[in-house]
Amino acid sequence: MTNSELQVLVSSWMDDLEFIDEGVQYLTVTVPKENLRDLMFKLRDDSEAAFDYMFSLTAVDWGKNRGMVYHLESTKYRHIIVVHVNTEDETLDTISDIYPTAILNEREAYDLMGIKFTGHPDLRRLFLQDDWVGHPLRKDYVDEANMIVK
Amino acid sequence: MTTTEIDNKTGLVTQEYKINMGPQHPAAHGVLRLVLTLDGEIIEKVDPDLGYIHRGIEKMTERDTYKQIVHLTDRLDYLSSHINNEAVCLAVENALEIEVPDRVKVIRTIIAELTRLASHQLWWGVMGMDIGALTTFMYAFRDRELINDIMEETCGTRLTMNYNKPGGLMFDIHPNFQKRVKEFIKHFKVSLPEYNTLLSGNVIFKKRLQGIGYMSKEDAIAYGVSGPSARGSNISCDVRKIHPYSAYDRVDFNEILMEGGDSYDRYMVRMKEMEESMKIIEQLVDNIPEGDFETKTAAVLKLPKGEYYQKVESARGEFGVFIVSDGKKSPYRMKFRSPGFANLSILDKISRGHKIADLVAIMSSLDFVIPDIDR
Amino acid sequence: MGVKSDMKNKNNQDTFPGQVIPGGNGGNIVVGVLDQIINWSRSNSLWPLYFGTSCCAIEMMQTGAARHDWSRFGMEVARPTPRQADVIVIAGTITNKMAPVLRKLYDQMAEPKYVVAMGACAVSGGPFYYNSYSVVRGADHIIPVDVYVPGCPPRPESLLDAMIKLQEKIKTFHNSKRKNPIEGFDEGKVG
Repeated sequence: MTNSELQVLVSSWMDDLEFIDEGVQYLTVTVPKENLRDLMFKLRDDSEAAFDYMFSLTAVDWGKNRGMVYHLESTKYRHIIVVHVNTEDETLDTISDIYPTAILNEREAYDLMGIKFTGHPDLRRLFLQDDWVGHPLRKDYVDEANMIVK
Repeated sequence: MTTTEIDNKTGLVTQEYKINMGPQHPAAHGVLRLVLTLDGEIIEKVDPDLGYIHRGIEKMTERDTYKQIVHLTDRLDYLSSHINNEAVCLAVENALEIEVPDRVKVIRTIIAELTRLASHQLWWGVMGMDIGALTTFMYAFRDRELINDIMEETCGTRLTMNYNKPGGLMFDIHPNFQKRVKEFIKHFKVSLPEYNTLLSGNVIFKKRLQGIGYMSKEDAIAYGVSGPSARGSNISCDVRKIHPYSAYDRVDFNEILMEGGDSYDRYMVRMKEMEESMKIIEQLVDNIPEGDFETKTAAVLKLPKGEYYQKVESARGEFGVFIVSDGKKSPYRMKFRSPGFANLSILDKISRGHKIADLVAIMSSLDFVIPDIDR
Repeated sequence: MGVKSDMKNKNNQDTFPGQVIPGGNGGNIVVGVLDQIINWSRSNSLWPLYFGTSCCAIEMMQTGAARHDWSRFGMEVARPTPRQADVIVIAGTITNKMAPVLRKLYDQMAEPKYVVAMGACAVSGGPFYYNSYSVVRGADHIIPVDVYVPGCPPRPESLLDAMIKLQEKIKTFHNSKRKNPIEGFDEGKVG
């Protein structure tokens, strides 16, 4: 399916989706955090979309808020969609029951970016020690001993 | 937490039992720590504890220029170092619309395939060793040295080559390159069947792998497994075929798929992939186009504001680079999608119900490189 | 290569620090300074611990494999457990999370014990010296190191050279001045 066909399909599901046109490589859509799980279910289960393979989950600190960027691909049709979701209060709904690959990835996002995923079966730090203070991938993370401030 | 159960009939007390595997364990291929919950010798749960080699590379990239970042990716998955470099360079080149010369594309492809061969050789040697066949280690490393020699001559280093840069290569290939590669292919065409005679048909080896660690196609996709591990479960996921980059669109090779989904099938996929890699190298090595080895670029590259993603097929699976740029000389956020991380996430699921010794076989068949997982 | 000429000089018959007198009854009498004989035998059977965290581990494996073959110098018996090992080759980056593990492994080794820091990461933090929030800048912050091998990763020949250097160090050892290398290390006393 081409990007424009995909855009028509996805926007027919719900109203408050925002498509980003500039500076993106794939079809990119921003979804309000309340609708994240609905959208993910649709993307996975819709027979024409069939996005069954989530190949990348990235936590990004946008400055004013933080969010996740999900990259999805369909192993059947080989089209790709990117889903952005942002949060002001550092909580997001988990999608680890929809895409099990998110179980470890969401733990990583919690560890390094401090986003809390409600409903995640086992949200603990993954890489850093349990007594580590702070979340290093945040833009406001300060470590004067180890990091050079530029 | 341990749970205690008392059997009503016999009155015997059974207790859930936890043991610690790693981080210093010879079969863990590095510093992977697994907390195993056991029922006798049967695995009930595998809980990976990562971070023993977490070096914070993603944070480091936010302070480096794009050209400086390339050498850090060598140290992610050091067995496919060239392929990781290539991913970063391709991402930057695509973002800036730099057209690299044909010569660069072909050389990159040849070296990427040599890297894949070296990685699979090491995997084969170590896999044999994990199962208990020490000879394979010596065979694999004997042949691996020949690839290291080629790398050393052309790239300057044996392992972490750092031969790519955005816009091309660091320098041209060594005059001996083609000759050496052809010699190696000639040699390896004889040794690869030797590998098969030595290990692949061995009854003990087969019994240790067949039916162990079954991964269904649906599970593999849902957990994001890629590379040879996924192709053992009959998933067509070769990035070289689906989203061709460099010179992969002009070579003829097969994507190896196996139906079984157990450890032995994952093993066989890699063994057959080595033949395909040799096929690719043979097609290209005599046809390296003349021309420049680089496109001149500015010393400090600035990517336009936006998001860029580049996926490549590393020896372990789909390696991805995701760049969020705000128009400055360093990325705003850079994420490496490492194949090992996704492949590790399914370990718990496929090793439940097996014995501890089988866990070692399953881990070998998934081919982990821990710095690639931890980043 | 330097290794080859070293091999010639280090022929065990020549370097054996004592004198062997045939006893006549099928046995031999060895005469020499006990210290020197102990050091000689120690230096020629160094058992390393399997300890590789990242890239350098591959080069360490290459050193043990077919072409470079460190068993020529008595180091082939790589041990998975620290209790049976004499020397720990730190091959790779040490992170904050790994540091207590490394110290524990070192403490579990029986004396005399030696440490080789292999590669830039183990020497100083290497490429991760700047801007990494989780890397220990050099293994010598955790345990005392005997020999440093630079390189990223070092060639197998470098590691062999380092191991030969370590053998030389062991040969100068006095048993009367024996002390645990970790004594006073945490207070900043070195050597």
